Amino acid sequence: MKKRLLLLVLLGNVPSAKAEPAMDHQHHNMADMSAEDMEAMEEPKHPAATPKPHQHPVDAEPEPHQHGVDVAPEPHQHGVDAAPEQHQHGVDAVPEQHQHDVGVAAGLHQHTGHTAANDRPPKDARDPDAYSDGYDFGPGIAHSHKEEHPLAALLVDRLEGLGTGSQSLMTYDWQAWYGKTADRVVIRAEGNIDAGQFTEARNEALWGHALTPFWDTQMGIRYDAGAGPERSWATFGLQGFTPYWLYVEATAYIGEQGRVAFRIENEYDLLITQRLILQPRIEANFYSQDDAGRGISSGLSDFESGLRLRYEIRREFAPYIGVEWSTVPTVNHIDSRTDTTRWVAGVHFWF
Amino acid sequence: MPPFVPARRHFLKGLAATGIASLLPAECRAASAEVLSGTAFTLTIAQTMVNFTGTARPATTVNGSIPAPTLHWREGDTVTLTVVNELAETTSIHWHGLILPYEMDGAPGISFNGIPPGSRFTYRFKVQQSGTYWYHSHSGMQEQTGLYGAIVISPATETIVADRDYVVQLSEWTDEDPLAVFAKLKKQSDYYNFNQPTAVDFIHDVAHDGLGAALDKRAMWNEMRMSMTDLADISGYTYTYLINGKTAADHWLGLFQPGERVRLRFINSAAQTFFDVRIPGLSLTVVHADGQPIVPVSVDELRIGPAETYDVLVSPSQQAYTVFAQSMDRSGFACGTLAVRAGLSAPVPTPDKPEPLTMTDMMGAMSGPVAVHHAKSEYGASVDMRVDTPRTNLDDPGVGLRNNGRRVLTYADLRSVEGIISDQRPPGRDIELHLTGNMERYSWSLDGVPFDESTPIHFRYGERLRVIFVNDTMMSHPMHLHGLWSDLESSDGQVQVRKHVVVVQPAQRVSFRVTADARGYWPWHCHLFYHMHGGMFRVVVVA
Repeated sequence: MKKRLLLLVLLGNVPSAKAEPAMDHQHHNMADMSAEDMEAMEEPKHPAATPKPHQHPVDAEPEPHQHGVDVAPEPHQHGVDAAPEQHQHGVDAVPEQHQHDVGVAAGLHQHTGHTAANDRPPKDARDPDAYSDGYDFGPGIAHSHKEEHPLAALLVDRLEGLGTGSQSLMTYDWQAWYGKTADRVVIRAEGNIDAGQFTEARNEALWGHALTPFWDTQMGIRYDAGAGPERSWATFGLQGFTPYWLYVEATAYIGEQGRVAFRIENEYDLLITQRLILQPRIEANFYSQDDAGRGISSGLSDFESGLRLRYEIRREFAPYIGVEWSTVPTVNHIDSRTDTTRWVAGVHFWF
Repeated sequence: MPPFVPARRHFLKGLAATGIASLLPAECRAASAEVLSGTAFTLTIAQTMVNFTGTARPATTVNGSIPAPTLHWREGDTVTLTVVNELAETTSIHWHGLILPYEMDGAPGISFNGIPPGSRFTYRFKVQQSGTYWYHSHSGMQEQTGLYGAIVISPATETIVADRDYVVQLSEWTDEDPLAVFAKLKKQSDYYNFNQPTAVDFIHDVAHDGLGAALDKRAMWNEMRMSMTDLADISGYTYTYLINGKTAADHWLGLFQPGERVRLRFINSAAQTFFDVRIPGLSLTVVHADGQPIVPVSVDELRIGPAETYDVLVSPSQQAYTVFAQSMDRSGFACGTLAVRAGLSAPVPTPDKPEPLTMTDMMGAMSGPVAVHHAKSEYGASVDMRVDTPRTNLDDPGVGLRNNGRRVLTYADLRSVEGIISDQRPPGRDIELHLTGNMERYSWSLDGVPFDESTPIHFRYGERLRVIFVNDTMMSHPMHLHGLWSDLESSDGQVQVRKHVVVVQPAQRVSFRVTADARGYWPWHCHLFYHMHGGMFRVVVVA
């Protein structure tokens, strides 16, 4: 969900972003650090020497005196070779250099007390499985907090009526997901309804995957309905937050007949009070080819920028009012474009 | 599985906030926890309707009360506890801080299979220690919905003389289904935080401190995509804070006679709340920490983390005092009264203004060659921050208590009395673990690995080892190792105090020694309930 903090990009000039070489904001550098890599490195090196599970008949009197004898997990045999070089490190690393006199280290002052995530692990990073010495849980492990349970969510970011004097239409923009922290099915949809007819409808079915701490990859398909011929696309996107909490959806599309498209959406939540939130928003669509049937011109096909003021009656329910400016170049570049300014009123809600 | 289908319905009323409680017949008032003593106990876990807020909601109770009955044991006795499950779901009871065979520890799936609906389980073990402890469910969401009670163990010879002895059990209640609370945090992790920096605050700061300072104050946090006001994930927005099962409006009362010495056994049984406790007008002489005797230290205030216990002595001389326990994020408080008779009360303080986290909480010492070894699994989506230069200062009372004009207890003040920590061997090796998380995704882990992707941690039977925790997050984590003591080291590496919960502050490095003298499987986790649920959990194998 979208984070709401005070925007400084607009106010300051992002001073520390440049002054902080240790912070790596190149999220895309992580692209080759896939989930598979992560899983691989977390895989136990040896399945191994599993302690025996201990069955407790319910109602039966337990025999505490035998504890420790019959349940003692078998002595490990993998302590040394279990996790080759990293193991040594995890076990032996710190012993003598218990340096606690942190303030004393004059001259070594660095401004990097922390690291933003995203960078690569150093060569000597610990193996998190080294402490297991090859032990596994055995079949008995079934703690109720062990398994992550999937969740479902629906966020209707915008459901609004637009008034331009002569005509009115409804716009919707929602996203739903089902899954766990790192992997989820995502459905995104955005479109316009005019007099009960879909004039524009972009529907996306995606697989979302946590790539870095603040960014998800989203890959799948897009299907355009509404006025004009229907279009299908393969979809590759990123969704997440830049430093300073700018929300970004950036998606590339490859369609039939060599069509390529790109869409970017940014939102920012500026808290005026704890519940009154001003949200600037922009959205731009780019296409490689004209598509006259759908009223699309190549290049920047449309650009919207809006400002919405919502009030969170509850976190999950916030009516809003706003204004939106949109620019739609006319198809075939006949040196004209349509600029529209609309007042909007709608609701933002989720559950 | 419908979480709230009661097997048997009780009804108990726990609220006087509306003023109607006093009009209700006595049996509908809050059932105070009964005190059970002896060596054989029957504890019946069931669904009970409670009302702390004006709305009747189902709770998980033992023998019909919140808190569960206080159990009085004697050191050296063998106790038998028959737990009857009348819930529609599996349950369990974990005896928190007790040294016992691991099969009696009560963590389902790890120590035993849990107690299925409609069945019973008998715990039996020898009581090898004395002091103040507690017990709670280790299944599902039952701890948040009320399944917690106090354990008071009399020593063979009592060394602390007091005229009165009260359990002061702190906790919190929500009318929401705890699973819904967790789901909200997953979808919007700052859902319950209504103390976020706003444009109005910004204008204030500009007016007071100038534009540059106001920008500086926010720049690093926003650049890092962190919140300087994330003091508690869950606030008074949903929580009602309790002392011995009573709301602030329903005031718990402890009686005394002037001149008496009163022992207060503070237990934090809250799922997610750190409490800052004080009794205006009284000095608190802390004599026990986590059930174990310490060299007495007198303070005005103490912060108690989830699952910690502190025994304090007070010597009241006036007519009435307020026991005041404000939540760490200052969004609410629990309070009760110590008085010479019912009907008296003392002024209730207003909660302090919440203080934002500081650079110390984000970056630690910010300098110095502190040996930090991040795990390679910390370099992924599960970890939003790593601390490279953690601080090791135990004399920091923590955010919100720094320089507040009161003498506040810190870990540096805690020293076990002679003879408590008998294993004087130096540690044979170090185990370093990093407390990690991603606040935006609300996922929690150790070394960046959540429980469901982890492997166990092996302690060799009989060894003395050192554990090093580095907190790579900006929240305090009360880390609880079942079945084995955590002997906290001072910042220069000397053994200092015996605990069963070690609170690690943001960007802090702490170390403690463990003697692996109990074979079996032991949970090791953050005692913030929603962090445990979110993956900050390990299993230790002692073999």
